[in-house]
Amino acid sequence: MERSVTLIALFTALIAALGLIPQLTLAYGVPITAQSLGIMLCGTVLGSKRGGLAALLFVGLVAMGLPLLAGGRGGLGIFATGSAGYLVGYVLGAFVTGLVMERMQGLSIGLTAGVAATLGGIVVVHLCGIVGLMVVLNLGLIEAIVVDSVFVPGDFIKMVFAAFVTAGIARARPASLLSRA
Amino acid sequence: MISLTSPVETRAHGWPAGAKLAVLCAATIVLFAVDGLIWHMGFCAGMLALYAAPGRQFLRTGLRRLSMLWPFVVLVVAWHVLTGAAVEGVQIALRMITAVGLANLVTMTTRLSDMVDVMRWLLTPLTVFGLQTKGVELAVALVIRFTPVLADKGRLLRQSWRARATQRVGWRIILPFAVLAIDDAEHVAEALRARGGL
Repeated sequence: MERSVTLIALFTALIAALGLIPQLTLAYGVPITAQSLGIMLCGTVLGSKRGGLAALLFVGLVAMGLPLLAGGRGGLGIFATGSAGYLVGYVLGAFVTGLVMERMQGLSIGLTAGVAATLGGIVVVHLCGIVGLMVVLNLGLIEAIVVDSVFVPGDFIKMVFAAFVTAGIARARPASLLSRA
Repeated sequence: MISLTSPVETRAHGWPAGAKLAVLCAATIVLFAVDGLIWHMGFCAGMLALYAAPGRQFLRTGLRRLSMLWPFVVLVVAWHVLTGAAVEGVQIALRMITAVGLANLVTMTTRLSDMVDVMRWLLTPLTVFGLQTKGVELAVALVIRFTPVLADKGRLLRQSWRARATQRVGWRIILPFAVLAIDDAEHVAEALRARGGL
């Protein structure tokens, strides 16, 4: 119990700290950060339940007014912007990443983490993000996909990092890889 | 860690957080139910008046936080102008600005401790399913304490990389960074257990 709580809390802090790593800003002011890498790692390292809870804690703290999102953003207002779908996607995405990580057998840890991060951290997060853009900004499906697609290449790079880092953690701290415990 | 609560003390700081959140919910529902450009211009003006009420400094901080919306506003208006529905686009943009503005207003006038109280109240029904609100509160405190600690460790890792390598600091520091976080978590868990646990 203590271990679950501290690992969840520390991974939430890790997501926040990754947001502080210098970021690129896209043409229309949307930052690309390492934060979604943190979401992927929550799933691949902590597994479905704890990973999902870590992401939920992160989103909850953002809602409660902590400036944890990249660029020091936060507060309830974020949930009325085009970012809302992505925040919901973070929670579902971390959960799905963990689920794939737990259920998929036969591949090496790094490869499994890559597949899990692609399905959870990219597919689920972007699906939620696209729905969010359509609902909040009233865009059409195609337009939302176009806007969203700007983030996809960056996320594939992060997926590769997530796979490497997960494989590294499996070697360095095998007992802490709760998704495979 | 600094939260987004405004240091300018307003009357709303003393109001119960639960009530403010309930009013915010109701206001957002109204915003999304009402149709008509005139209405939304009125709502937006009302929202701005609320920001202006506590004084110039509060208004300036509030407007700065709202200014991060400009990419979305440009996107929505441009897309609706292109599809020949400019009025609708302006209305959607105004609605978004008002909704975000009101939500930020609650964030700016509510202390984190009050928000945690509301969270505890909201989570109480879940104790039926075995959730321990104490664990959640501890997790919140740990995140607030450890985000700056981890950020600092990340900075130290970057410095040690720079001291030893000619290449730019790359993604390679992410693995030691994650391992440091895991080690911290294990140590804190051990310390908690040693002190009686949860």
